[in-house]
Amino acid sequence: MGFIWFWLVAVMLVAYVVLDGFDLGVGVLHLLLTRNDEERQTTIRAIGPVWDGNEVWLLASGGTLYFAFPLLYASAFSGFYLPLMIVLWLLILRGISVELRGHSSLGVWRTFFDGLFCFSSTLLIIFYGAALANVIRGVPLGTDSYFFLPLWTNWMVGPNPGILDWYTVIGGVVALVALTIHGALYLAVKTDGALQLRARATVRLLWGGLVLLTIGSLVATIAVRPSSLQNYYAHPIAFAIPVLVAACLAGILSFNRVGRDYAAFLCSAGYLTFMMVGAVSGLYPVLMPSITDPNLSITIDKALSGPHTLHVGLVWWGFGMLLAIAYFVFVYRMFRGKVDLGATGYGH
Amino acid sequence: MDALALHRLHFAFTITYHYLFPQLTMGLALLILVLKTIAVRRNDEQYHEAARFWGKIFAINFVMGVVTGIPMEFQFGTNWSQFARITGGVIGQPLAMEGVFSFFLESAFLGVLLYGEKRVSKWMHWFSAFMVFFGSWISGFFIIVTDAWMQHPVAYRIMANGQYEVTSFWALLLNPWGLLQYAHNMCGAVVTASFVMAAVGAFYLLEKQFVEYGRIFLKVGVIAGVVACVAIIFPTGDLHGKYVAHHQPVSMAAMEGLFHSGKGADVVLMGQPDYASGKVDNPIVVNNLSSFLIYGTTKAEVQGLDQFPRDQWPTTLPLLFYAYHIMAGLGTYFVALMLLAALMLWRGKLYTSRWIQWPLMLSFPLPYIANTAGWMTAEIGRQPWVVYGLMRTDQGFSKYVSASNSLFTLLGFMGLYVVLSILFVVLVYKEIQTGPHKAAAVPTLTVS
Ligand code: HDD
Ligand code: HEM
Ligand code: HEM
Repeated sequence: MGFIWFWLVAVMLVAYVVLDGFDLGVGVLHLLLTRNDEERQTTIRAIGPVWDGNEVWLLASGGTLYFAFPLLYASAFSGFYLPLMIVLWLLILRGISVELRGHSSLGVWRTFFDGLFCFSSTLLIIFYGAALANVIRGVPLGTDSYFFLPLWTNWMVGPNPGILDWYTVIGGVVALVALTIHGALYLAVKTDGALQLRARATVRLLWGGLVLLTIGSLVATIAVRPSSLQNYYAHPIAFAIPVLVAACLAGILSFNRVGRDYAAFLCSAGYLTFMMVGAVSGLYPVLMPSITDPNLSITIDKALSGPHTLHVGLVWWGFGMLLAIAYFVFVYRMFRGKVDLGATGYGH
Repeated sequence: MDALALHRLHFAFTITYHYLFPQLTMGLALLILVLKTIAVRRNDEQYHEAARFWGKIFAINFVMGVVTGIPMEFQFGTNWSQFARITGGVIGQPLAMEGVFSFFLESAFLGVLLYGEKRVSKWMHWFSAFMVFFGSWISGFFIIVTDAWMQHPVAYRIMANGQYEVTSFWALLLNPWGLLQYAHNMCGAVVTASFVMAAVGAFYLLEKQFVEYGRIFLKVGVIAGVVACVAIIFPTGDLHGKYVAHHQPVSMAAMEGLFHSGKGADVVLMGQPDYASGKVDNPIVVNNLSSFLIYGTTKAEVQGLDQFPRDQWPTTLPLLFYAYHIMAGLGTYFVALMLLAALMLWRGKLYTSRWIQWPLMLSFPLPYIANTAGWMTAEIGRQPWVVYGLMRTDQGFSKYVSASNSLFTLLGFMGLYVVLSILFVVLVYKEIQTGPHKAAAVPTLTVS
């Protein structure tokens, strides 16, 4: 049961990163790539009908975490109190900027929400990357399984870490570059003309940086948490993961070169998936490592809910996921194709 | 203030603000479905446009509900971690189900409802209106099941590590407290939406603008309003009250300001309960009514606060008393107003009698107050327990999140929500001023 729920939560988080990832990436590029109001309207409409559904994966994983591993939910959310609240504020600002921008034709109004959209999307991505890095690095858990982290201390990975140190900042930057590329590929799929060309060029511009950062983050992770390789040695098949990551990276660039945007986007989705799976495989069966004493780490066994809860959960969860996937297929099919600002397109 | 007080205020403020939006979402989703159904069946373009018009207001309201709802999902962990840790195995379940079953659904079909009218058939569009209604109503259901378990825990067992787990999934979902609470609360949502719709209708008629739409809004608002206003008192409020009296007698005594037990207990219509001296100042009472309402006879013995040790009395007691009386007082006014308006509608005088249109236009804030007061009653009445009878509120909060951290984020939310309120009011007012499009202009219209 623990194994199943560990991976179910992981799958939901991956779905969140891959799906909301592209609309966050579009947010980063929103002002950088566009040259006039019409283009800005196009980028917003490219994500308009889907961003809310994408974000629900975050809520659904949060809820699932809550009942499957209540201890982890309680410990992590209170321990990361301040950054989490900042994330919530950014989510609020981002939600209103996407939805309210189009409600007035005033230039000031639109420019304000454009800026807010960029700002909140960029910071959110950095926080997400740093959050994942925090979990990999570990936190100073007490004997009661709680902790409380300040935003920063001395920027070093040590017994007294902050949310932000050199390692987690790297995590944030990797996430920023990866999701910006992801968003650019999505825009290349959904737009045409000058905007599409600029989106494609962005991918080529950032690709080299992503390769370097990926390698750098791998090295840094092994330095910060050597034990994350244990699972890999125990199950050598896991070494396929880095190979797949590399293949996806190669795929992004080569499909992008020949203008096969959709395939390149899928490679980018694959890249994100395998990066996440790689990180999570290194953790299993730990959910939240302790940085001081490995015995204090929160493991699956410690945090797992009662058996009946989990059995029942499995039934409705499976059913609910089938429904959710059906809705997603339906919506993405309905709004497929290039964004068209004319009357036949979807207004926003 | 100490950490506990701040965590409570933090939660109370953010949830109260959040609930300002879902009540309209859920009520309006029903009314839009009604408009849409009439439009499709009669093939009436005016009703189609009426549905589109409310769709725009719905959309703005929905966004506010979404962005203020997301923090709620996380606050159990951030501010109430000890509570979350112990009870997550039970209440995490309906909360997760809300996300999986209703938020996915709503987000998918709302897009179709708002932006897809030209891309799908008439019936598919009707169906998406239905799904938005359905999604928001099951969302309300799951959240109320969650709350109901905290009010009246059922179907749980305590495991060796002190955490709770569900023993029967269906018993958890069909908690009788939850069913009553749900029925009452959903009536409250419809009351809000029907007052809002009627108010816009009255505004258009008084202003002599969009008159044909004003009539539709007034008619639909008043008919839905009269049904919901009656149902909220009888049977749902009445039954819910009896259930509270049986299962949380101390809350009921505090709600009623009943300090002393006795046969033939009175109802205090108005007054100021004094905690220290144990009596109500300046009371206006109806003799024996309390006994009658709870037990159906004027002679029954009703337990007063004196029956219970002080440490089980709800904390902010006067606020509880006022909240309950505000809700019930407004409920009485709503029935009176809506019955009168319905009578005028039936006699064909509603559209011309300005004296009834004025109160209809001005009353729309009151259901928001009543709904908020109702929740205050329920939640303060539950104190000092976070899970009634099982876990006290002071055992539930996040010990390691200090008072000053909580205050910092509370101030952050307050600032942000002031901005949201301004945006919301400005945008909704703008939509109302723009109004529905004239029927002739519709075929070339793009939804903006
Ligand atoms: C428009 C809103 C509205 C109106 C007019 C009323 N209520 Fe209400 N009431 C609610 C909106 C509400 C609510 C917000 O929906 C509550 C809060 C929790 C819940 O489920 O419903 C509630 C709770 C609530 C409770 C439960 C308190 C607890 O759990 O401790 C009782 C006993 C009543 N109501 C009784 C009444 C009576 C007798 C009313 C008639 C005059 C009445 N309500 C009018
Ligand atoms: C929209 C309706 C709701 C409103 C207006 C509301 C209001 C409040 C208020 C005023 C308090 C503070 C009580 C006090 O400090 O004396 C409170 C506490 C709380 N409520 Fe609610 N509530 C609502 C719905 C819910 C729901 C649906 C849940 C559960 C899912 C919930 C869970 C809690 C918790 C955990 C606390 C904190 C602990 C406590 O003080 O009891 N509330 N709420
Ligand atoms: C009586 C209390 C509540 C009711 C009836 C209710 C109902 C709803 C409804 C109908 C929505 C749909 C969007 C909208 O509002 O426009 C919504 C949004 C939301 N609610 Fe509440 N809610 C309540 C309290 C809570 C609480 C206590 C939580 C936290 C656990 C919560 C979490 C959320 C979330 C996360 C969203 C955003 C969903 C989305 O992205 O669509 N709500 N709520």
